[in-house]
Amino acid sequence: MTYSFELPLLLLLLLTAGAAIVAKDLLSAVLLLGSYSFFLALVWAWLGAVDVAFVEAVVGAGLATVFFLLTLFNAGRGGIRFRRASPPLAAVVVLPVLAGLLLYAANDLPQLGDPQAPASVHVSPEYLTRAYAETQTTNIVTAVLMDYRALDTLIETVVVFTSGIACWLLLRRDSE
Amino acid sequence: MPELLDAAIQRPNFVTFILLLLAGLYICVSHPNLIKKLIGLYLVQNSVIFYFVTISAKEGATVPVLLDPSRPVQAEAFVNPLPHVLTLTAIVVQVATLGVSLGIVSAINKRFGSFDEEAILEKLQ
Repeated sequence: MTYSFELPLLLLLLLTAGAAIVAKDLLSAVLLLGSYSFFLALVWAWLGAVDVAFVEAVVGAGLATVFFLLTLFNAGRGGIRFRRASPPLAAVVVLPVLAGLLLYAANDLPQLGDPQAPASVHVSPEYLTRAYAETQTTNIVTAVLMDYRALDTLIETVVVFTSGIACWLLLRRDSE
Repeated sequence: MPELLDAAIQRPNFVTFILLLLAGLYICVSHPNLIKKLIGLYLVQNSVIFYFVTISAKEGATVPVLLDPSRPVQAEAFVNPLPHVLTLTAIVVQVATLGVSLGIVSAINKRFGSFDEEAILEKLQ
């Protein structure tokens, strides 16, 4: 698999994520996070996951940014700036160790784009070959989401509904 | 050691995943500002979803949409759709939990007038 198109996107991804972390102003951090989500959506479109890219562009880059901005604007200008603090020692020690362990495990993982990767040879060919005959849907992601896993998707909407109720209870005007 | 480094370079998405995950975890535990903590949490969740989608990629394969359903399907010609479905659910649930946590942070800010952990702790005492 050639990386010539993907590597600049991955670098932009890391750059925007790092900028969102080090930005001194919360507003710019939130907007950088939105552009990070958008680059993530581009990477996913390149990997062939168009449905995930759509959802990330709409829900991740759009809705999440709007949520962050609403919180910041509700708070007024006073809350937007912040001060620095020294990092805890445990994080400085534990996180590089975790990085080393994860890199050590990299050798056992399938390579990027390997058609014989374990995830691609078990049940996934069955879904791909049978989905149209069983569900009459040409988009196989839709077939799995709406037919094979319809109950799962129903419960997902219940989760979204619950979070909507929770937000309403937290943010109604007369909460005193 | 060189072969380990080589193995990592062969998997650029995995290295990106590690960097995003650790950056998110770091900002999550170290930053005193609650909004920045949520940005870190968002990065952690997103990096795991990113790795899930990476698993689904196949060399020379196209998107899992059948253009001509009358022809028999070659499984090698389409990327694995199952991680996509998992991550679709995960992204929506991620934004739902993000909305609730931002609601909690907003309620905290309304009561204590700050996003800063230590300023809130001072006012609590």
